[in-house]
Amino acid sequence: MPEPVSDVTPPASALTLVTDAAQGLTFESRGQIRLAVERFAHHRLAVVGLIVFLLLLLLSTIGPVFWQYNYSTITAQFATGPSAQHPFGTDLIGHDLFAQVMEAEATSVKTAVLVALIATTIGTVVGAIAGYYGKLADVLLMRFTDLILAVPLLVVLLVLANKLSKQAGSWLWIALILGLLLWTNLARQVRGAFLSLREREFVEAEHAIGASDWRIIFRHMIPNAIGPIVVSATLTVALALLIEAVLSFLGLGIQPPEVSLGSLINSGQDAATSLPWLFFFPAGFLVITILSINFIGDGLRDALDPTQRGRS
Amino acid sequence: MWAYLLRRVLAGIIVLFVLSFGVFILVALSGNPLAALQATPGISRATIAAAGAQLHLNEPLVDRYWGWLVGLLHGSFGYSYTGQPVGPQIAQRLLVTVKLVVPAVILSVLLGVIVGVISAVRQYKPVDHVSTGLAYLFFSTPVFVLALLLKDFLAVDVNRAVGHTILFTVGESTPGITGAWNVFVDEVQHAVLPVVTLTLVTYATWSRFQRAAMLDVLNADYIRLARAKGLSPRRVLFVHALRNALIPVVTVVAIDFAALIGGALVTEIVFSWDGMGQYLYNALTGAESPDVYAVSGWLMVAGTAVVVFNILADLVYGLLDPRIRYA
Repeated sequence: MPEPVSDVTPPASALTLVTDAAQGLTFESRGQIRLAVERFAHHRLAVVGLIVFLLLLLLSTIGPVFWQYNYSTITAQFATGPSAQHPFGTDLIGHDLFAQVMEAEATSVKTAVLVALIATTIGTVVGAIAGYYGKLADVLLMRFTDLILAVPLLVVLLVLANKLSKQAGSWLWIALILGLLLWTNLARQVRGAFLSLREREFVEAEHAIGASDWRIIFRHMIPNAIGPIVVSATLTVALALLIEAVLSFLGLGIQPPEVSLGSLINSGQDAATSLPWLFFFPAGFLVITILSINFIGDGLRDALDPTQRGRS
Repeated sequence: MWAYLLRRVLAGIIVLFVLSFGVFILVALSGNPLAALQATPGISRATIAAAGAQLHLNEPLVDRYWGWLVGLLHGSFGYSYTGQPVGPQIAQRLLVTVKLVVPAVILSVLLGVIVGVISAVRQYKPVDHVSTGLAYLFFSTPVFVLALLLKDFLAVDVNRAVGHTILFTVGESTPGITGAWNVFVDEVQHAVLPVVTLTLVTYATWSRFQRAAMLDVLNADYIRLARAKGLSPRRVLFVHALRNALIPVVTVVAIDFAALIGGALVTEIVFSWDGMGQYLYNALTGAESPDVYAVSGWLMVAGTAVVVFNILADLVYGLLDPRIRYA
């Protein structure tokens, strides 16, 4: 349900865009990006989300280099609360929780980002081909999409995760499974966008000057559908973080020696009442990460896809 | 409309059969239910072969599926690998899940609609910002985090403050309680935390749908007309606006509810409720997993719920919005 767009006042720079557009394509595309950035910057929570997410990213990549403990180091202090030496405390066998949370954050985020990359690529390609070629390609691909949508996600996840998470490098496998399952919504959206773009004059013009299908799809139509694609990619990151956390919490996701935020919460839950930091630090990081990505997604929707404003 | 209904039901049945075949094959190929037995030291080949024969493991996969299907058409879900009949097992689990899901869905609908409407009417006012913030917080929080928070922290504090246990955190009832009233009170005490968990994660999404739908309607011309006619704001809001703003929400609620019949897996696991989700989880990861018959039985029940509620949602949609015609 899109909200009415009547309360969206066009930014003042919309006028300059029109004049820029007359002077050439490069100008126009730069103007579009600047406009989008301006709209994004207007969304205060999205900006906060972006800053928080970047800080988390920085902490989880650079942090371990400087921190005195490795996430797998077992220290002599076990089950101790937060202190100067161990800011997040230690777990039952003496792991420094701060080091573990940084490592877990990195694993969770890289898994989720890979899921989004895979899902977005498949979704875009399937949707683009179905929408552009129509007819048989459309019928086949969309029935296939419906089939994936109808398959109970829970069963497939439990079956595959149970089998594949036992493998080495489990985060890659988890990312692969989720990526192969979460592309269906985007495929439908891209198909819808392509069905209408296909009829537009600029696409007809491309056909007339003899451009290849490939060129029309990738150079002209996908850039015109980039808004929903980027928004969906962002929200897929949040969704993948949630699902990976649940799988890891159930013991079917990221396996030791790797740690993710979900698996940390899982291993800390038995002692959660007596050693609450084992629960609160990883859970807090997990929620803040997902929240910040959801806000970024919301801001991107406002920035790139103004007709969908306020939908969530 | 009857032709439409018939077509939808037939399509649903076909989808269920295709799915059951796919899931049966996938689950059967995904693991070896005899692994534990084979790893037992000193076990004889004959014992393993006998166990395999009993579970039909030596028959071709398609024959096994056919056997299951024929049984299903005769009204039997078959026997799980633990030797128990799947049908009664699932009926029992379904009852547990319904006790959890139905109260949670009713609360979520009430909460979602009320919060959504208030948010829309007071758009961009403090109350809207607060409810938007809360909704974002709840759908950014994994269910198990919320569940553990309530179970390990809130419940412990509440019980300590009261002096005795009023919020139970494990299971769906205390065994050995007698008297209808006592049993009821006991079950409510067990249900509070899981129901609250499920309600919070569910209402958050629904309230956003309700808000968006309401905003859409409030800006429509016929609402302006109703106001211009001089109708009371209350009448405009509840009779003219809300009625139409409920239509899109109905679909979302019906589809989410159907999915929950398949089990609120995480909530059930954290609070040790023996419901549908827990049943599927055990069938796929337990000792004799993967248990093809248990999973297929689960799929039939959960899948039927999804098909039926999707059709119901479309019918109710037509009831609420006379412009919709079934073709």
